[in-house]
Amino acid sequence: MITIENLTKRYGGFTAVDDISFRVRPGSVVGFLGPNGAGKSTAMRMMTGLTPATSGRATILGQPYRELHNPGRQVGVMLDASAQHPGRTGREVLRVAAISVGVSRSRVEDVLALVGLTDEEAGRRVRNYSLGMRQRLGIAAALIGEPQVLILDEPANGLDPQGIHWMRGLLRRFADGGGTVLLSSHLLHEVQIVADDLVMIGRGRIVAMGTKEELLERGGTTVRSTDDARLAALLEAAEVPVTRTGSGLVVDADPRVVGEIAAEERMVLLELRSGGSEGLEEMFLGLTAATSREGDAA
Amino acid sequence: MSTDTVAPTAAGGPSTGDSPSTAALPGRPGVPFGRTLHAELRKMVDTRSGRWLVIVMSALAAIVLGAFVIWGPDEDATFRSLLELASLPLALLLPVLGIMAATAEWSQRTGLVTFTLEPHRGRVVLAKALAALLLALVVLASALVAAALANLAGGGAWDLRAPAAGGVLLALLVYVLQGVAFGLLFLNTPVAIVSVLVLPTAWTIATQVIASLADIGAWLDLDSVTRPLFAGEMADKDWAQLATAGAVWVLLPLAIGTYRVLHREVK
Repeated sequence: MITIENLTKRYGGFTAVDDISFRVRPGSVVGFLGPNGAGKSTAMRMMTGLTPATSGRATILGQPYRELHNPGRQVGVMLDASAQHPGRTGREVLRVAAISVGVSRSRVEDVLALVGLTDEEAGRRVRNYSLGMRQRLGIAAALIGEPQVLILDEPANGLDPQGIHWMRGLLRRFADGGGTVLLSSHLLHEVQIVADDLVMIGRGRIVAMGTKEELLERGGTTVRSTDDARLAALLEAAEVPVTRTGSGLVVDADPRVVGEIAAEERMVLLELRSGGSEGLEEMFLGLTAATSREGDAA
Repeated sequence: MSTDTVAPTAAGGPSTGDSPSTAALPGRPGVPFGRTLHAELRKMVDTRSGRWLVIVMSALAAIVLGAFVIWGPDEDATFRSLLELASLPLALLLPVLGIMAATAEWSQRTGLVTFTLEPHRGRVVLAKALAALLLALVVLASALVAAALANLAGGGAWDLRAPAAGGVLLALLVYVLQGVAFGLLFLNTPVAIVSVLVLPTAWTIATQVIASLADIGAWLDLDSVTRPLFAGEMADKDWAQLATAGAVWVLLPLAIGTYRVLHREVK
């Protein structure tokens, strides 16, 4: 369980995290989404006691992070996979962590196998690791104390598609076993498949949150036809808001409304459904465009 | 990288325990200190640079003494004077050991891991200082062995008594701690090393050039106050001067540096 209450961080006049509150329940995976610089990492550093909060509080398993007994056994944290001494081998990084957390050496070999780092790779110095291997090492370090809670900042960053698939399975199993997972990303599709709930943040503020299904429903109706341009014109004529995406149209109306308009004009529909990832993607871009650095240009 | 060989039973998460997954583990906040010390000690020698620093410093005493035995005037050399000779390069290099211990978390950003495993940063600082002091003892022990061997070769007197032995030990530990202090103060290895080497020397020069500083200089010059310590000839006034110089060059930066580490944002 992770509980965030009115968490705020100000640097002088700049507000990096602005009064955010949410919860991550045991057994669930929450995706913490936002463009770069939205305040995700700052919020995660406040949860783990690395950055003092200006106001508000964060508790993990009911306690502030600093009050936790042997935090490595309760919370697995990976905030930056690149923050490793380049001269240590992967195995050595985990051995040092194992000493501090108080688990046996055999646990080091367990987590190496768990994240799919081979014996040879574990013996290599971190300097010679690819970003994907560093991510796997960071996840291994987070898992070493068999924690109940995982806090991972951009864990999919640098992983190949196979690696992302693997991580999804790992996090899903972790949550299904009763674990609590909070992972951040600036890419919607990375977290969309694994996350149960989504928290979207832009310029320090929560712009949308809820279960994935709720947010998907709010994503409007996705429609594809043999002549999208004509359909879009028809919908606009009927004063229904339409957005063009790469693979069709997203319509801010009930599927029934769209279907009726198409039927009247005898248009052939190839696809008509409520919600969908394109819709959520549109919403994500839309919600964060106003608050992201690209917002001024868009 | 094989991803499909993962045994599901080894999957992370709380599935292995029977404890309810919503309650925190009972116990004192943080990690038992012995484990933190063990981890910090290991981190000082598990990289090539750390390991070689200790090896080079241990070997340096032997090299200096070897050169002395071969080429130096060895008629009046004794165990005590040989140990003092071996200690001189160590006084210069041991602060680097302390600096490396103190700055590592910040120069490589490993603090993100270290300070999440033990959020009580004061304990990590203490563990680092103790780890540096323990390694300094290892270095000193090899200097002692080298001095003994050199003395055997030279046939000098065995005149090392408690005040001199204790003096060398204390002086070297002061220098290691000074390194830790400067490392914590700057949290940047090159800046800390240059400062440790340059600042005290600059102060010594300043006290010699500016007449009005000469009196106060004797009380605040770490080099000059440790000289009688190395020789094992400490008088009352020397202890007082060691205390004042130590307060300014070791304790003050140690206090400011520790405060910095406790309050700094770890990024």
